[in-house]
Order: sequence, then C-alpha cells, then structure tokens
Amino acid sequence: MTTTETTTTETTIGDTAALDTTALDLTALDAARDALTNDDSVLRLGELEAEERSGYQPPTDEGTGERMIMNMGPQHPSTHGVLRLVLELDGEIITRSKPVIGYLHTGMEKTGEDLTYVQGCTNVTRMDYASPLFNELAFSLTTEQLLGIEAPERAQWIRMLMCEMNRLSSHLLFMASNGMDLGAVSMMLYGWREREEVLRFFEMVTGLRMNHNYIRPGGVAADLPPGWKDAVRRVLDPLPDRLAEFDILMTGQPIWRERLQGIGVITTEQCLALGTTGPILRSTGYEWDLRRDMPYLRYDEVEFDVCVGTYGDSFDRYAIRLAEIGESIRIVRQILDKMPPGDFRIQDKKVTPPPRARIGESMEALIHHFKIFTEGFKVPTGEAYVAVESPRGELGVYIVSDGSGKPYRMHVRGPSFVNLQTLPHLMKNTLIADTVAVVSSVDPIMGEVDR
Amino acid sequence: MVASEPAADHTESGDQTESIDQVVDSAEPEPELHGAPVTTSHGIVVAHPHRTALVALVATLRTGGYWQCLDVCAVDYLTHPGRPELPGSVVAERFEIVVSLLNHRQRSRLRIRVQVPESDPSCPSLFAVHPGSEAPEREVYDLFGIVFDGHPDMTRILMPEDWEGHPLRKDYAIGRIPVQFKGAPASR
Repeated sequence: MTTTETTTTETTIGDTAALDTTALDLTALDAARDALTNDDSVLRLGELEAEERSGYQPPTDEGTGERMIMNMGPQHPSTHGVLRLVLELDGEIITRSKPVIGYLHTGMEKTGEDLTYVQGCTNVTRMDYASPLFNELAFSLTTEQLLGIEAPERAQWIRMLMCEMNRLSSHLLFMASNGMDLGAVSMMLYGWREREEVLRFFEMVTGLRMNHNYIRPGGVAADLPPGWKDAVRRVLDPLPDRLAEFDILMTGQPIWRERLQGIGVITTEQCLALGTTGPILRSTGYEWDLRRDMPYLRYDEVEFDVCVGTYGDSFDRYAIRLAEIGESIRIVRQILDKMPPGDFRIQDKKVTPPPRARIGESMEALIHHFKIFTEGFKVPTGEAYVAVESPRGELGVYIVSDGSGKPYRMHVRGPSFVNLQTLPHLMKNTLIADTVAVVSSVDPIMGEVDR
Repeated sequence: MVASEPAADHTESGDQTESIDQVVDSAEPEPELHGAPVTTSHGIVVAHPHRTALVALVATLRTGGYWQCLDVCAVDYLTHPGRPELPGSVVAERFEIVVSLLNHRQRSRLRIRVQVPESDPSCPSLFAVHPGSEAPEREVYDLFGIVFDGHPDMTRILMPEDWEGHPLRKDYAIGRIPVQFKGAPASR
C-alpha cells in the first residue's frame, strides 16, 4: 500500500506491548476533559427553541457580538441520512453547534424486547445499515455468551470473512460519500461500483444485499456456497488497482488536501474523554482496535496492522479508512487459505433448527423446528455485554435475560451515536464551508444513531 | 465471586483481580471494590455502588486506568423486583443504570450497576468525570425518565421534545401511533 504520505505508523498484531500509553498521563487527560466541559462549543438549545430562534441574534450584554443561528438539515444530502445541525455563526465561523438527532428513531430496542433471540438478528441488522453483519455478530456473540455456547470453528471463520468483507463495503461507501461531499463527484461512482461487487458476493452467500440475518446465535444461517473462493477473489483482485486510482484521485490531490488537512482536529485525550472509538480515535495516533487488543472470533490467528494517524484531522480519518481497506483485503486473503472444514452452526438441537430433510422423517426434529420458530430457545438468566470493532468503532450489545425466549432488555451501544458527540468540538471555530467535510469524516450512520 | 475465582483470563484483568483481593477482608463474605460490592458476570467484574457513591467510584476507577466510559444505559426491572444475582447488601430497585468502563492498559472491562428507586428516579450525572456520558445519559432520561443531577442539558434526545411518557419503561405499551397521512388506513 502506498496510500498515505502522512506518517501513518503501523503496528503488527501480537505485539501486545505496542500500545503506547506512556505518553498519556492523567493530568493531560484531566486538562482535556476540563477543557471539553468548559469550552462552550456545544449550543445548549432545545430543538424547538432552535427552530424558533433561527436567524439573526443581536449582541448580548455579556459582550457576545452578533450571531446567526442556522438549522442545517435534517434534509441535506451531506448529512448522511437525517442529521440536523444547529449552528451558531459569527460571520462564517462556527462558534457553537449541536447535533439534533432522533429523526430516524423507531424504537428498535423496544422492538428487540418483543422478538425472540432467533428473530433478534433481523432487528439489529437494520441499525447500522452500512455494516449490518457487525450488528448481527455482536448480538449473536452476546446471546452465545449468555447461553454458554461457542460457534464451531468454521462458523467463526465464516463470520470473520463476512465481517471483513463488510468492512470493505462500509469503507468503500465512505470513500464514495466522502468524495462526493467534498466535490470529487466521480468518487461517488467509483466507490459505489466497488461496493456493489462486495454486495454481489453477499447476495450470493446470504441471499440479500443488505440486512442479511446471516450471522445467528450458534453460527451462521447457511454454509458458504460452492465457488465462494472464486467469488471472493473476483472481488479482491481488482481492488488494489482501484485503490491506487483512489490515491491518484484523492490522496495526492492538492485540493483534496486543502479541504481536509487541519480541518476538524481532535486529540487523543479529547477522544478518550468523549468515549470516541474507531477511526476517529485511531486518527489521533492512539492504537486501539478491539480486533487486536481484545480479540474475538479468530482475529488472533490472522496478521494485520492497526492503522493510525498523527494529526487527528479529517485527512487522517480518510487515510485510515483507505488503509483499512487494504488491511481487510489482507485478512480476507488469509481467511481464504485458513478456512477450516466442519459445521457452520452448532449441533445443539435446542439452539439450531434441524436440517430441512430431517423434519420429514423425524418427529423430534419437527418438534424442535416448531419450538424454535414459535417460542424460540430459552436463554439462562443473566446479563452480558460483548463488543466488536465495527467500521465505526466499538459496537457493543448489552442483553439482560430473564430466562425466557426473548431478551428482557436489549441495548446497543452504537459507535456512531457516541462519536457524534465530537462534532461540536470538531467544528468549533471552523468555517461553515468545512461543516460537510467534518461531518463526513466522522462517518455517522443515522440508523445506528437513532435506532 | 471474584476473590475465589482463579481468573480465567488473568493476563487481561490480572491487576484488576489483585486490587480487588487487596480490599477484600477475609472475614468479609462480600468482595468489594473501593467500597462497592462486587460480583462477576461472564468474566467481567460488576460493581454495585449506591447511587450516591457512583461518581466517586467512577472517578477513582478513572485514575486507576478506566479512562473511557463507553456507555450508560438503563434497565427497567418492573416485573423482576428481586434479583438473586445482586450482592446481599444491595437493595434491588425498579430501575438500574448500567455503566460500561474500559481500561486500555489492562485491556479489561468493568461494569457498574446502580439501583434507582421508582419513587425518586434520579442519579448523579457522570458528565464531570466523563463528558462522553452526555448523550447516553440524555438517552436514558428520554427513554426511562431517569433524571441525571448535574447534567448540563437534560432534554430528550431521540423522541420529540413534546413527547409524553418514556417508551422503554416496561409499563409503556408498544402500541401504535395513528398514521396521519391522507389515504393511509386509520388503524391496523
């Protein structure tokens, strides 16, 4: 990969001492936190009040000059869905701002309480619709932890394959939308074109392009179809050349750099204080990737680098995602070689529905099938939280079970939701023209923010 | 419990179990962490402080390496008033606030469960310790009606501002909202 000219340092897996936390100390963290809570970058204004007060604001007695309050969105092409930003402007400079969310809220956590664990994946997969398989994975891992089971070896590798392919498609979508947001309109076509190839592979394996319901508690829904390796290679083979094209089109472009470098800067300490994870945290030079640092599935058996930036600006966040596409390709190629034979779902009759052929000949199989699809399987009482590294950061699912077939409480810690808190701080004292660049670089998926 | 468990993943939470061992008095039946009773759930340490001690506990843990507060959420235990997994000294209440903390150095997680009574649904805010808890706390307020004292912006976040009720409470029916578009069927 000849992606970045920024000093993108990389560390290899297994090098557990590599996480350099010595540079951070508590005084720096405290200072950053206190600055964050007192820097007056968040406009604390109710959503209705912001609507009423929008427009000219006369100077106040405290010495604040003339201001303008502007509502950007929720219907705006660059808001990636329905994000509304209330901006307070001093001329062209953003002084304070606040993201207003909830326009896509459909009560999915409440719905989750009314669905069995078998049905649960169909619900969570619709949250982060750009990377649905990660939602399913986090939900399944949490359910499996409560059940005290582990998916078979092959299922683990299939899950890893699908998730890394999903990371590809998600980051390619980011390339497309980020390009378009900044005026590189041809990127919109190229990014979607590459993503479409990945989705075609998903369709071949899961039957659906999005919202797959493929990763389920106990394993995956179906084994990989014949010829899947060739299909993966057909997706992967052209990608390095295409990424090189992206590089020419964007990374080296003076206009591109002017638009992104030094825009929306955040520090490691601020990220930690705000609970930020994923590419935003890594863009500050802090190496933290759950795949390497708290491995799940079989990530400890593949080699990949954790990509970090240096300056914590929008350009670093772009460069990291571009580099992570390369790393995902690397992981998928290893999975192609290492995919073990075996079951694709656990052979536990209480959790896994019987094969179709068995239902016709076995009374017990019929009963199990009926039980699983009407009332679902019972999950022992308890609570569990499992997190995975989604393309946007830590995606965690917290489930409380009361011993019945439905979760008593199902909470999803969406990385976009928490990461969105960085926006007012990223946009403080930047030009209004950079708003789109900053929002785009945070890469929020509103389905996950609002749930 | 933590003290008796041989710590399955000792590399990840080694120091954590050690520090718990230090505060546990052998005469005491309940393990403690900075004064809060402790249990484990699927390998993760769960602390159960009183809500008045929550902020102090989180601040102490933060100086001990739990730099990130990843999540604040709540559970409404309306239909499950008694919960056997709670330590003996903790009185089970209707609401529970669940805080997830992450320690990057030890690569360990820690969960805090705080009991909040129905009669006074409020809890001190973690905003001053972890500013990142702002949006999650607003979500808890919005969906459960639990007020966080000291929060800078205690308003609804997901539901409309003029919404009545708190949807994730167990006594809030799933229900349907009448669709108000022309031509849409009145009710299904």
